[in-house]
Amino acid sequence: MMLIPCPWCGPREEAEFHYGGQAHVSYPADPAALSDADWARYLFFRDNPKGPFAERWNHSASCRRWFNVIRDTVTNEILAVYPAGQPKPVIA
Amino acid sequence: MAGPGSDLPDHPDWLWRNPEPKRSYDVIVIGAGGHGLATAYYLAKNHGITNVAVLERGWLAGGNMARNTTIIRSNYLWDESAGIYEHALKLWEGLEEDLDYPILFSQRGVVNLAHSLQDVRDSVRRVEANRLNGVDAEWLDPQQVKEVCPIVNVSPDVRYPVLGGTYQPRAGIAKHDYVAWGFARAADALGVDLIQHCEVTGLDIAGGRITGVQTTRGRIAAGKVAMAAAGHSSVVARMAGIDLPVQSHPLQALVSELLEPVHPTVVMSNAVHVYVSQAHKGELVMGAGIDSYNGYGQRGAFHIIERQMSAALELFPAFARAHVLRTWGGIVDVTPDASPIVGLTPVDELYVNCGWGTGGFKATPGVGWCYAHTIAHGEPHPLNAPFSLDRFTTGALVDEHGAAAVAH
Repeated sequence: MMLIPCPWCGPREEAEFHYGGQAHVSYPADPAALSDADWARYLFFRDNPKGPFAERWNHSASCRRWFNVIRDTVTNEILAVYPAGQPKPVIA
Repeated sequence: MAGPGSDLPDHPDWLWRNPEPKRSYDVIVIGAGGHGLATAYYLAKNHGITNVAVLERGWLAGGNMARNTTIIRSNYLWDESAGIYEHALKLWEGLEEDLDYPILFSQRGVVNLAHSLQDVRDSVRRVEANRLNGVDAEWLDPQQVKEVCPIVNVSPDVRYPVLGGTYQPRAGIAKHDYVAWGFARAADALGVDLIQHCEVTGLDIAGGRITGVQTTRGRIAAGKVAMAAAGHSSVVARMAGIDLPVQSHPLQALVSELLEPVHPTVVMSNAVHVYVSQAHKGELVMGAGIDSYNGYGQRGAFHIIERQMSAALELFPAFARAHVLRTWGGIVDVTPDASPIVGLTPVDELYVNCGWGTGGFKATPGVGWCYAHTIAHGEPHPLNAPFSLDRFTTGALVDEHGAAAVAH
């Protein structure tokens, strides 16, 4: 089980959180203008890297706020935590 | 003079050679799991294509093929799924004879429990759909569930009472390692090179066509390349610049110590997230749902195991004194519609088989059969044609969340 550092509540066990998948996926500005292929990419395709991954978590059992995490998908090491809406930090 | 160990029996014969990779092959299969091995076998057997290598980064059948809960069934909802899973089940029924190798295939039936009114409606609908597709299926009321599996608790006084279940008598289990070894031995005998500890690090493409692979043991040229990398499919496809609509998740399972035979069938429950059978040796084999997050670490969180255990105990009070012997995790590649992707890619002569999620084992002979056809002919077999990569653009999804979901 992971210990996930909520930006507002501090480190809490993983069971308190809800996973939100890839971060920084914004709704298309003009959905009607998208081709079928572009719409499919928005709807069904998400990054699936082996290594650092920017993803969303919600602290559903406590403050109920969304935030972003960069986590290594092999080691589960958490490399960065930052509020939703902020740009993705550069990981060395 | 007899040296130490001279009184011991000779090492048994190896089931396959361990050849050095040749410089080129007609077909390279990436991944020596069940699907890769079955594909190589049917390429050689059905299509006469024997200049084939199966490349494996680890050891043969050491990924999900060694980690699944061995459940075999074909009671999926839609016609497309019934087609390929039932084809697989029919092949399972003759596989020991075909491979001339024991795989402990046991048609002890599978019960899928319903715990809510909606579960009941969906289950009865699925039974009717199965029958229309020639798949054996019955609806059991709680008392009939108890007759099929006497240790299931069908008391109404539990949090999620058993309201009935679907039953597929021809479903069952097999010994996963023996299945892999049987396919490996048979493919090797037909001339296929099984090459372990050979990781693919790049895919060579010229003019939109695959020409070979880069590996940790040098470049190998190939006329055709077929991916069968399960949880690592995204990583391999990325080498060809292809994005796949799959997400890799940890999936955990566990076994108890060896017990007397108490569990005569296979019981699965989507609602409470557990599926249970008893292996030939006597261990209770239980699978969990996936861990929610993306992961390549082949392990998951313990709270998933705890929830799975509490669900199992409510269904099977007799398990209260059993002990968890070991738990483990694999990496499963999950698609948005809980159906696999088997077919062509945007790169000529590069083929994809992935997205089987939590349920690839049961399909092993069926997908091997159809994928080999796809590779040999350069076009999909009719049974895997619906499972194309472009269905996510056309919208022709095969939504099997009801029949697959957690308990695939």
